[in-house]
Order: sequence, then structure tokens, then C-alpha cells
Amino acid sequence: MISFSQVCKRYPGGHEALRNLAFTVQDREMVIVTGHSGAGKSTLLKLIAAIERPTSGTVIVNGQNVGAMRASAIPYLRRNLGLVFQDQKLLFDRTVLDNVLLPLQVTGHDRRDAGKRARAALDKVGLLARERSKPITLSGGEQQRLCIARAIVNRPSILLADEPTASLDAAYAGEIMEIFRSFNQVGVTVLIATHDESMVERLRPRVLHLDHGALGA
Amino acid sequence: MSRWLTQHAQAFSLALRKLAATPWNALSSIAAMGIAFSLPAGGYVLLENATALSSRIDSAPQLSLFLDPDAAKADVAQIESRLKEHPQVKSYEFVPKDKALARLKESAGVADVVESLGRNPLPDAFVVQAKSPSADVLEGLRKEMTGWPKAEYVQLDSAWAKRLEALLRVGRIAVLVLAALLAFALVTAIFNTIRLQILTQRDEIEVAKMVGATGGFIRRPFLYYGALQGLAGGTAAWGIVAAALWVLNGALGELGRLYAINIHLAHLSPGDSLSLFGFAAWLGWLGAWMSVGRHLSQVEPQ
Repeated sequence: MISFSQVCKRYPGGHEALRNLAFTVQDREMVIVTGHSGAGKSTLLKLIAAIERPTSGTVIVNGQNVGAMRASAIPYLRRNLGLVFQDQKLLFDRTVLDNVLLPLQVTGHDRRDAGKRARAALDKVGLLARERSKPITLSGGEQQRLCIARAIVNRPSILLADEPTASLDAAYAGEIMEIFRSFNQVGVTVLIATHDESMVERLRPRVLHLDHGALGA
Repeated sequence: MSRWLTQHAQAFSLALRKLAATPWNALSSIAAMGIAFSLPAGGYVLLENATALSSRIDSAPQLSLFLDPDAAKADVAQIESRLKEHPQVKSYEFVPKDKALARLKESAGVADVVESLGRNPLPDAFVVQAKSPSADVLEGLRKEMTGWPKAEYVQLDSAWAKRLEALLRVGRIAVLVLAALLAFALVTAIFNTIRLQILTQRDEIEVAKMVGATGGFIRRPFLYYGALQGLAGGTAAWGIVAAALWVLNGALGELGRLYAINIHLAHLSPGDSLSLFGFAAWLGWLGAWMSVGRHLSQVEPQ
């Protein structure tokens, strides 16, 4: 469960990204955060992953107050989150499979078990045949799917995606949306920030609309 | 426990692969460290050898009293009785000039020279053991004995050993200062190496942090890298000193044969070698640790 109460985020320099934000996302729910660019969608996701801290208010994720979390506890929070962010940060010096293995190495998985899991994750996003390729040889849509595979390989309970279809054409975007839907159907809480209206139409999720950092109707 | 071991093994092999990925860079910095470290290590080896040499020399409180060459038997007897009654004298031995010459002939190398002399140039002598090793007492004794009739010259045998010891002390301090300076240089070098690595692996670190890597997980490969490089530098220094000693011992052996003495410089003892490796590895680790502490926190997911 994710719950925001009276959350404000002001960046140094005075820009107020979020104002008095309050909402709750239940387990297994799928929620899409919409809004114009600069409305605070990315900031909202970053607060959940403790990449940013709220200026005031509380952000509770799975019963933990993320805003007040010690730095040493943050890694364990993130292991429960799958993050698919705009700036993908794939590692181009290693193979597709190795990119997906990284989260499992971080958690100290047994090597053989990790290989199985990573391949299963690649299979889910349809990239199993490319496991030995370098990410640079993948198309934009494939790179995005690789990011998703990396995000879900640790079987997180919450998946956060920031503009996952931003640079993709409609066909690719449709594939990505179906992948998110399938994860949601097996019980993963999915939170997607997007300004892609087709996504809302297709998935028919609950929608949180952000307008200048505040929740609109 | 096994997970902990796995993670350490992974970090260790990652560090090894990083070293192997840029072999020339790694080799040149290892060589630089090795050369830097071979200076204090080599100095230490020479000092240890000198110390071993000086400890072989009897540093008992001993004086040599040389008599006037034309001293008569009566003079000798008189000095002997003075020595016998002197409260500071523990024991003494009379070395007549013939015996001294025979001893000189025995010590190799100079036999021919002695043979070529027409007459015995050596004086009668007493070798005196004092009761106290204190420098003041010995010096007082030396002055007093110099004043005795027919005493030509009194020599404090331990004086040069003391001088050597003082010299070795200075040498030890010099080696320590050198080691401290070069240790600092090594820490700085590793600090910068790791800083560059962190900069070039920015993306990797950000991703790792994003998928929940702990600080320890991210730090570990860098710490192993620093320690490995330090260890390699220490090993290189050991090798350089070994090579230098091998060359020196060859030359010294030649010299020793000419003078019929056995001079051999020993390398670091196994314990000292281990200390060198351990210290170098620790310095590398320290440099990496400082660099990681300073630079890793600057790399956060955006």
C-alpha cells in the first residue's frame, strides 16, 4: 500500500513541485498518474522510491515512512520496488542478460537460481532470444522492455513507471501497456506516470490527475 | 553466511577483472608503487643487515691498553698490579707482542704483509674488561690508564660500536620518514584511481542504487581493487629488493673472496615480508575507502 498525506515538495530555488498531496493506492491496484509536463508526476514517483524526500507530509510505502527513512534502510525499500524510469540507465558495456542479473547480484542470489529468474523475466517481456545481445543493438521499444525485465526480476510488490511509452510508436506502446497489465493481473501494484491518453483508454485504470502539483478532479 | 561469502567473492572477482581489463594501466601503477616502496623496504633490509652485523660484535665494556714499544718486563708487571687492584676492573688479559703478531698472521689476508715486515711492530697490550658498561666509567678509566707510566695509548673498544648504533638509529628514522611519505603518496594515488573509477562507473552505481544495492555492496569492489593494487605494489617492491640484493650479493661475494671474509645480505624475513604485503594492501584499502567515502555519496539516482 502507498499512502500520501499532506505531502509538499519544494525544490531548492522555490519551485513547488507538489502541494498538499493526499491519496492512497491499495495493494494490487493499477493507477495512472496523468498531468501536463511539470505537473509533478516524476516527483511523485521519486518520493515513493526515496530518490527525493518530501519537504513536509508523510509518504508511507508498505507500512514504512519513506520520507523519514534512514539512508541505510533505503536499499531494502527499493528491493521491493520495480523502477522503470524515463532516463533508462541501461548498462551498455554488458549483455542484456547481465543487465537483468544486476538486481539479483545486489540481493546476493545464488548464481544458478539468478540465471533462471533473469531468463524468466526476459521471457515475460519477449526478449529471451536477445539475452546475449548488447543493449545498444536493441530498438527503443526493446530497450524499454529490457528496463521492465530488470525492474521485475526481483519480483517486487510495487512497480513504478515514469513515461514508459514516451518515445515509442503506438504499436510498441501497446505492447508495453499489455506487459504492465499482465503484471497487475498477477498481483503487482502498478503506478504509471504518463501523459499518454491512449494508455488510460486502453487500461481503464484508476486515474490521479495532477495539475501544478495538486490533485485535480 | 554463504550469501555473504558469495557477495565478497563476486566483489573480489569484479575487482580482479577490473585490474585485468586495463592491464597496462594496472601494471604501470603497480610498478610505480613497487619502485616507491622498494626504497624504504630496501633501506630497511640494509639496516637489518647492518644491525645483525653489529650485534655479532662483542660490545662488552672492553678497553685495550697498548704499552710503549720499549716497555720492560718490570713496567708490564707494574701495570698488571695496578689493574689487579683497580676497583673498576673486572678482569684483564695480557697480550704479549709475539702473541699479537701470531694472531695477526692467523687472520687471513694480511699474513703476507706481516711476513714482509722485518721486525714485530706491535706493542705489548692488556685487554681490560671493566665492571660497569657505563660510558662515563669507561671514559674515566681510559683517561686514568692513559696517565700510567709506559702506557702509550688506551682505546675504548665499544666506542665505534656505539657510534654505529647511533648511526643505525638515524638510518631507522630516515627509513621511517621515507616510508611514511611514500605511504601517503600511495594512499593519494589509490584515492585518485578510485575517484576516476567511480566517475567512469557512474551509470552502473546509479543503477545498482536504484535496484536496492546497499552501500557495502557498491563499496566492496572498490575496496578490493585498492587492496589488490596495494598488495601488488608491495609484492613488486619485494621483488625489486630481492633483485637488487641478488645483484649486490654477487658483487659482495667477489669483494668478500678478495678479503677472505663472508659477506651476505639477507632479504626480509618471512614475518617482515608478510608485514610489507599486509601494510601495502592496507594502504591501498585505506586510499580506496577514503575515496569511496568521499565520492560515492555524490552518485545518486536522479
